[in-house]
Amino acid sequence: MTGVRDGSPGESVTAQPGQPRGNGTSSGDSLLTVTGLTKHFPVMRGIIFRRAVGQVRAVDDVSFSVAPGETLGVVGESGCGKTTTARMIVRLVEPTAGQIVFDGHDITHLRQGAMRPLRREIQMIFQDPYSSLNPRHTVGTIVGAPFRLQKVRTEKGIKRSVQELLELVGLNPEHFNRYPHEFSGGQRQRIGIARTLALRPKLIVADEPVSALDVSIQAQVINLLEDLQNELGLTYVIIAHDLSVIRHVCDRVAVMYLGNLVELANRDDLYARPRHPYTVALLSAVPSPEPVGRTADGRRERRERIRLTGDVPSPLNPPPACRFHTRCWKAQDICKTEAPPLVERPPGHLAACHFPENS
Amino acid sequence: MAGGESPAAEPQPGGRLPRLRARGRGSREPAVHAADGAAGESSPSAMLDVRDLHIHFPTDDGLVKAVDGLSFTLDRGRTLGIVGESGSGKSVTSLGILGLYNTGNARMSGKIYLSGEDLVAADQARVRELRGSKMAMIFQDPLSSLHPYYTVGNQIAEAYLIHNKVSKKAARSHAIDLLKRVGIPQAESRIDDYPHQFSGGMRQRAMIAMALSCDPELLIADEPTTALDVTVQAQILDLISDLQQEYHSAVIIITHDLGVVAELADDILVMYAGRVAEYGSSEDVFLRPGHPYTWGLLGSMPRLDRTRVDRLLSIRGTPPSLINVPAGCPFNPRCDYAARTNGRSEKEVPALRQVGPGHLVACHLTTDEQRRIWAERDKVAS
Repeated sequence: MTGVRDGSPGESVTAQPGQPRGNGTSSGDSLLTVTGLTKHFPVMRGIIFRRAVGQVRAVDDVSFSVAPGETLGVVGESGCGKTTTARMIVRLVEPTAGQIVFDGHDITHLRQGAMRPLRREIQMIFQDPYSSLNPRHTVGTIVGAPFRLQKVRTEKGIKRSVQELLELVGLNPEHFNRYPHEFSGGQRQRIGIARTLALRPKLIVADEPVSALDVSIQAQVINLLEDLQNELGLTYVIIAHDLSVIRHVCDRVAVMYLGNLVELANRDDLYARPRHPYTVALLSAVPSPEPVGRTADGRRERRERIRLTGDVPSPLNPPPACRFHTRCWKAQDICKTEAPPLVERPPGHLAACHFPENS
Repeated sequence: MAGGESPAAEPQPGGRLPRLRARGRGSREPAVHAADGAAGESSPSAMLDVRDLHIHFPTDDGLVKAVDGLSFTLDRGRTLGIVGESGSGKSVTSLGILGLYNTGNARMSGKIYLSGEDLVAADQARVRELRGSKMAMIFQDPLSSLHPYYTVGNQIAEAYLIHNKVSKKAARSHAIDLLKRVGIPQAESRIDDYPHQFSGGMRQRAMIAMALSCDPELLIADEPTTALDVTVQAQILDLISDLQQEYHSAVIIITHDLGVVAELADDILVMYAGRVAEYGSSEDVFLRPGHPYTWGLLGSMPRLDRTRVDRLLSIRGTPPSLINVPAGCPFNPRCDYAARTNGRSEKEVPALRQVGPGHLVACHLTTDEQRRIWAERDKVAS
């Protein structure tokens, strides 16, 4: 992780294809290192003469690393690029620029065939347990699919392994022959997790793993993810919009806004002493389950909180320089002309702001 | 709920409201039928008075008892939060109040008095007249609840035109006023935009403007902020709270998010499997909850306002199917404390019982036991 990065978004280091191993940025102690990761989606017009008329700058120059056994949380509002980042890490989306180093291998531009052995080690948990399981396949087929694709077990061995996996995630192994529709949302998410665990991956990227679930089921799945991490020594990258869930499960937290990484710190640091104004506002916007009373004249009391106005701007045409300046209460002229660099202060706490809080 | 009427209040022959429904096993059925037979008179004080509401859906697999004996009252200027997981009957309750179920596919019984008028017995035309003018709804997903072919202004003015004898021009200027009131900039030009030209937060604002177009007495918001980002959610919650104070309407807010409820509601109704598990002021429910399900909900959510716990106290199992609701207390298969009731949990449906002023809990545990267990759990959590 570089402490200070160059301030021009979008014009960051382009990865050099053909580098077989990590190039020094990945020290021995990180499992995943992402450097200058960028994804721009072209916006096309025309039917016969397709031409790009603009770019959605979904992710712009994002860098972070994840140590083995660690959980990194990525938070942000919709459109901040957190899902695109997750998809680039598992190579479902081709990065425009930047570099992804996994376990010493540069996987940024690996071809499908070369990627296949590594797929065993990087797996993904999807958000919606209803659309991520094939309704026409039995649980046995779904959870056993990774074994068949990777040809690592015999048919007989697959059945036994699947039953072990079902037991591991807290499902009845007898339910091997059932179809997804026979399960509730929480149980389906467990099936998805069992499938993810089939090949004993090192890294699991979970994109909103609990947001589609009810509160009580959410807690069960969060506890399950933690148990599995302790038991199997997994490393997680967890994408979520819910700040309280992120605080509960993650060791380090990255905050994204409109494709930029604005803050990255240890969990306790970030929640106790957030430095970027966006993080401060985000934390203060979370409604807390502590009742608010009424004042003597019957008006409802209101919590002290920072209230951001307006919506997140479109990533099609993001504000120049600091992308948060349009909604920031601390913004000055420099914020409109110069992008703030990601500065590390105190050690381990990165924030990209000209006028950070708690400094 | 002003005046402290309980949600389970039922009319007595004398017309007085008892604070508490008659106790005893199976009290739900006889008590209510007796009351219905007596007069069917309404309580004059409450603006909305729901009594022993049942909404059942016959299906090929069996009878789905989505709402099974729900009672509560609500006054103008007050906010009731209905909390529960999916399948607890909270949305069905709101659609039932609005009269959006027809007799062909749903069986409704009980009473819903809106300003003294029973909506369950009223004919379709009358409910239709009231819907939009005296009661209105804010739906969860503004993108699918707004019509993509009509401009936002058109959709806001529609209800106003139907319920009031005004010119199109007047309705349009009314719509502009409403858009301004809900905080949409350049309302004069944005009124001709289509929903897709609005952002998520603005669509929800437009939905709120639509609901307010006829100055309803009752506003039902079904998960109004679930589809929104957290910073936009805070804006919408503030807006709903401000508008309620301005219009002095009664608001029912339905959500699974206990944080949202704490922010808005005066009173909270916790539903489980179509029934009331707990009802009380928001202080009661958040600070002195008495029902194991409420404890479970509170223990299941990671909280930013407390120190981080190592493990969430989740509820085991899954919510029951509404076709086969467990016998006895519907929560008993998931309850950690069912064993303490000497088997009553499996056999008897617990009646709503008063554990404090205006605080009702449907649980077989004694009030002392409830207090003791909650104190222990609260200590672990904080």
